Amino acid sequence: MSAATASISACPACVAAPTAEDIAAHAARGRDAGLILSLPTAHCAVCISDVERALESMPGVASARVNLTLKRVSVVAAPEVTADQLVARLDAIGYPAHELDPGLLSSTETDRRSRDLLMRVGVAGFSMMNIMLLSVAVWSGAEAATRDMFHWISAAIALPTLAFAGQPFFASAFASLRARRLGMDVPISLALILASAISLFETFKGGEHAYFDAAVSLCFFLLAGRYLDFRSRAAARSAAEELAALEVPRATKLEGGEEKVVPIAGLAPGDLVRVRPGGRMPVDGIVTEGASEIDRSLLTGETLPVAAGVGSVVSAGEVNLTGPLTLRVTAAGKDSSLHRMADLVAVAENARTRYTSLADRMARAYSPSVHLLALASFTAWFYLTRDLRLAVNVAAAVLIITCPCALALAVPAVVTAASGKLFRKGFLIKDGTALERLAEVDTVVFDKTGTLTVGEPEPVGLMDRPRAELELAAALAGASAHPLSRALAARLGAEGIRPAPVEDIREVPGFGVEGRWQGRRVRLGRAEWLGVEPGERTATWLSTGQGAPVELAFADRPRPGAHQAVSGLRAAGKRVILLSGDAEVPVAALAATLGIPEWQSAMRPEEKAARIAALTAEGRRVLMVGDGLNDTAALAGAHVSISPASALDAARTASDIVLLGQDLAPLSEAVRIAVAARRRIKQNFALSLAYNLVAVPVALVGLATPLIAALAMSTSSITVSLNALRLR
Amino acid sequence: MGILLFLIPVSLALGGLGLAAFLWSLRNRQYDDPEGDANRILSKEWDDRPKP
Repeated sequence: MSAATASISACPACVAAPTAEDIAAHAARGRDAGLILSLPTAHCAVCISDVERALESMPGVASARVNLTLKRVSVVAAPEVTADQLVARLDAIGYPAHELDPGLLSSTETDRRSRDLLMRVGVAGFSMMNIMLLSVAVWSGAEAATRDMFHWISAAIALPTLAFAGQPFFASAFASLRARRLGMDVPISLALILASAISLFETFKGGEHAYFDAAVSLCFFLLAGRYLDFRSRAAARSAAEELAALEVPRATKLEGGEEKVVPIAGLAPGDLVRVRPGGRMPVDGIVTEGASEIDRSLLTGETLPVAAGVGSVVSAGEVNLTGPLTLRVTAAGKDSSLHRMADLVAVAENARTRYTSLADRMARAYSPSVHLLALASFTAWFYLTRDLRLAVNVAAAVLIITCPCALALAVPAVVTAASGKLFRKGFLIKDGTALERLAEVDTVVFDKTGTLTVGEPEPVGLMDRPRAELELAAALAGASAHPLSRALAARLGAEGIRPAPVEDIREVPGFGVEGRWQGRRVRLGRAEWLGVEPGERTATWLSTGQGAPVELAFADRPRPGAHQAVSGLRAAGKRVILLSGDAEVPVAALAATLGIPEWQSAMRPEEKAARIAALTAEGRRVLMVGDGLNDTAALAGAHVSISPASALDAARTASDIVLLGQDLAPLSEAVRIAVAARRRIKQNFALSLAYNLVAVPVALVGLATPLIAALAMSTSSITVSLNALRLR
Repeated sequence: MGILLFLIPVSLALGGLGLAAFLWSLRNRQYDDPEGDANRILSKEWDDRPKP
């Protein structure tokens, strides 16, 4: 790393105005030594100092800075420090973290645009305050030359401000006119331009009324609404980027016997890839070496691991459990089954009828009527008085008064308040209209494995077994990294069982663990390996060397908060359904535990999607909660969908909302907040329409003075914002 | 009314000062993490100077 990049990385916050060079250097820093971790549980001052102190005490770490708003920590460290070490360190002090791919977090562009908007808000605010000072003097009775001078000074401030701060509206109005549509921005731009032109004309003529203050404050409030809107959209976008960045796409490639870590994009069919125990298959392939067990729960929903050996076909996304495997790549990247599934999802998403948001529907009705109203008042006044100046003045007043200031704030203010609330509860909203759609939900469909359950097995009925067996199991299980063994060892350790003195313990990948105890061979592992018929349940078998092997059964544990979520939703009158790809026994057991009356087991992905489609055809608004690849089609087909952060890429892409934490309990709360937010949005529309109902007749009869316009506009905007903040 | 000749430029200059301060803080990325900054004042570290 060169000295120049080192100095930049030492102080990323000092880069004042990023030039192209700086941005390039930033990107380079991101690749070389910048690591970004997601910290979903950080929430207070203690978290900040804990995390920063822990990371900065690690050798090689230059600096760490927590961003609590985005719940991330960015670390500048020497190249040999890996994200895994940082994650392990944070896990040790109780902060779960995930690595994010800094290359995918193109925050610079979003940052730049949001700061650009904020700067325009600031400039408009500054001008508004100064012009208001002058206008107050005019309203309180300044006359003749003084008034004219104040008007001229106002013009000198207002015109450059509008030219600069109004650009976002002019640009988007121009774009929508070119597309032959009337968006909200057309009446806005028209009002801004007409108001400043008329005011300038009146100032020339030494007239009484100038609308500079109204035009600039209009611009300020609209920009504030636009900024809030942009921020919530940017949060949604960065959430999506963050999720894509969760899965850092790398694979260990074997080249002439040497292991090399390469990006998945650099793999071609025929390459050899090594997958360690605990790792996820990066590609589709055929096993050429090694034996192991594979967890396919994310792809199919089945909880039982399957055995894999030389010649087995594996798909991208499956998790390798026990032994290292070498794969010959059959399809990578865009061709892999994972990506084909994601493509299917994209098709399903396009097929989903596009939801028109409340704001869009409002704008569609509002803009034409505003234009017609202004045109009508102009014609009427011109026809009645033959006074062009007066007619234009009245039309401008109508446009300014009806300008959708409060309307433009109505939705973004509420969405910002609501998504902030949901974010604090662990929900990331990916789609702008997801909140509105969530409010309409009347049926909730859950997946089982990984959604209602943790996806980690727990031993059941274990403590009924004789103590000697348990001690033996503890010794053998402690030697393996297999999830069942780990769960067994953890549970036995918690019960205070000491491992028996077993000698010569070794793991047989794909089968289990064996050792010698009191001169007998003891084994813990797959049923087939111990020579018994495997049962229906998830289980591992223990052979003590005497008598028949015994079954140690496991059940998946419900996710924390699953019970509250289900009962909360049912109490709120929602229909709750459980659809799972798993076998009947575990599904029935879980449904009984959680109190879900409707459930179906052994469902294939297309059956799930068909069920959702059938419910939708019945007129139901379905919320789908799922995590597996087998859920993606259902997620994409549902009215609105939620997936946990532990879900596969494709599932997260298909869903509208992502649950960051482990806990499911806030789910019913989220639905409640969405309903409340929708109610607030409607109230806000009603408020701003009511204000128009009062003010428009005043403008139509030609009585609107700049003072009335300014008062009405500010009060309506402030009422709407305060109403949004009432959201509980 | 002659006082206006002083007061108006003064008020504009003060407003401009505020605007300049705002733009400066914006360029220094002081609005990137409002929640974190609000919490950082509670911690005793970096009380003497801001964390780089």
